Amino acid sequence: MTETIASIPLAVHENLKIQKRRIKNGRNKTRLSLVTGTHGDELEGQYLAYMVGSYIDEHIDLLDGILDIYPALNPMGIDSITRGIPMFDLDMNRVFPGTKDGTMVETVCAAIIDDISGSDVCVDVHSSNIFLKEIPQIRMSVPTAPTLLPYAKMMNVDFVWIHESATVLESTLAHTLNTRGTKTLVVEMGVGMRITKEYCKQLFDGVLNLMSKLGMWKGDTAPVREPIISEGREVGFVNSDAAGIFVPCADFGDNVNEGDHIGDVADPLTSKVVEEVRAVCDGMIFTLREYPVVYGGSLLARILKPAAGGEA
Amino acid sequence: MKKKILFSLRSPYREQLDVVGFRFGHGRKALAVVGAMRGNEVQQMYVCSQMVQELKKLEARDRIAEDCEILVVPCVNYYSMNIGKRFWAMDNTDINRMFPGYDQGETTQRIADGVFSSLQGYEYGIQLASFYQPGIFLPHVKMMDTGFTDPAIMKDFGLEFGIIRKPRPYDTTTLNYNWQIWETKAFSVYANATDEIDERAAEEAVNAILRFMDNRGIVKAKTPPGYITAILNESETGQVRSDHAGIFFSRTEIGKRVGRGDVLGIITDPFDGELVSEIRSPVSGTVYFAYHSPLINAKTVCFKIIK
Repeated sequence: MTETIASIPLAVHENLKIQKRRIKNGRNKTRLSLVTGTHGDELEGQYLAYMVGSYIDEHIDLLDGILDIYPALNPMGIDSITRGIPMFDLDMNRVFPGTKDGTMVETVCAAIIDDISGSDVCVDVHSSNIFLKEIPQIRMSVPTAPTLLPYAKMMNVDFVWIHESATVLESTLAHTLNTRGTKTLVVEMGVGMRITKEYCKQLFDGVLNLMSKLGMWKGDTAPVREPIISEGREVGFVNSDAAGIFVPCADFGDNVNEGDHIGDVADPLTSKVVEEVRAVCDGMIFTLREYPVVYGGSLLARILKPAAGGEA
Repeated sequence: MKKKILFSLRSPYREQLDVVGFRFGHGRKALAVVGAMRGNEVQQMYVCSQMVQELKKLEARDRIAEDCEILVVPCVNYYSMNIGKRFWAMDNTDINRMFPGYDQGETTQRIADGVFSSLQGYEYGIQLASFYQPGIFLPHVKMMDTGFTDPAIMKDFGLEFGIIRKPRPYDTTTLNYNWQIWETKAFSVYANATDEIDERAAEEAVNAILRFMDNRGIVKAKTPPGYITAILNESETGQVRSDHAGIFFSRTEIGKRVGRGDVLGIITDPFDGELVSEIRSPVSGTVYFAYHSPLINAKTVCFKIIK
């Protein structure tokens, strides 16, 4: 059943509609919300939403619970390849929780929060932006980790990044829902404006496994991988110091040693390498730049350092 | 006056970005004024250019107080201005959401860090601010309530209103907020327009900043008499939102006193021209913001009223 959870008239003969589809079967009231499309340039979640929804439709008898799929929290952004909300240049994920009697965007955000609240678990799927490619991972803040980590391990991701809290992140969908008691996992995978089928399949297996563990899926599930957890480990950031085009010679998932050559920044005009990019630490590359043009400061890679005395 | 490059960034395909500052006077860091940080803030850059003009005259007449240095930074992000973008051209990030910056971080974090290192240590900081929606403001001054800056200082601008804003989480990475954390008394001056130049409002903003500097003993400047500033919390202002969508016509002006129930604007159907909404003021007060665009969505802030 498709429902409209928010509808706001736009200037000329159109409404902004936020829609969800509820797939329900059996007596179990356990509810999983699969949410994506907050940033209009992140499309990995679109395919995942399709995969999960179509599979459940075909095997509806194996569902015992409620699956709510919200494919596009920012439909105008997806439609116009705009990361933020078109017209306003606002990052929707800095407007939550919104307010019922606020502006258009605030009203929409408040309606979304109201609708998702009360789910047993919410999975908020992001891609990276167009600049970076990310290994399938779940991110959470230190205070939420004790509650969320057991669920994150069910999701078949390669990596769980537990990061420090930041005040600015208090305006995100995930922070708002977690604060209100709805356990919300933030997935990051792939790259902006593209669909990576293998990652979507990986997360598809994770979602089914999570549903099984929540007692709302009676079908078979694939074995899930044990994610690397960042807890107690540091992340090294590799930023460009020069301007030019970045050409990597390492891939993500690679284990590297500090000082290893991982790419070059080249200047097409002078035909010179203006920077040899080297690993800032030992560890595993879990983020790698996808978009070649770089300025000083452009993020090129993130490397997860090994645990003290442990393996990468 | 000394013109100095405060921060530079190399580009792969364009001339180097040089953030330029104009220094006047000598000695303790008294005041820094910052203009455009976004590519559409043309009015904000223009106000700073007029500040440079006025300060040059004051310096020539020896009207800058001893042991006082003033810095004016007209434009941080002219890269975006030159190509018609609002945020950083490469990745669409907002420099005014990157403070205090980080010199080893991403590009706009590095720009924010480079600029902020030049802006630290001043007793007062003024940013020429803009609003994210198309609209015009009655010139006014605003400050974020971090507990550091005394709101009464806003009276020295002599603008009609001084508004205190309670910071939200997303405000914590702005220049204004971080200035205060680093112990600069920081204010935002709104000079009516953003992506077009309103000379009259710009002159009013320049006079307000000169009046502030005169009242604070930084310069000796003659300015037209100002207002006795009313200081109020942002929560005391009323927002009027559109209840319909369509073509918008304002029926009032900023600065005008309106009564409860007065028609402030109308919305007509974009196809058949029928009147679909009359926007009436829910309170009596002064209009200090008016939406300024022919098309309007529902639930858009179209007027702000100071009760």
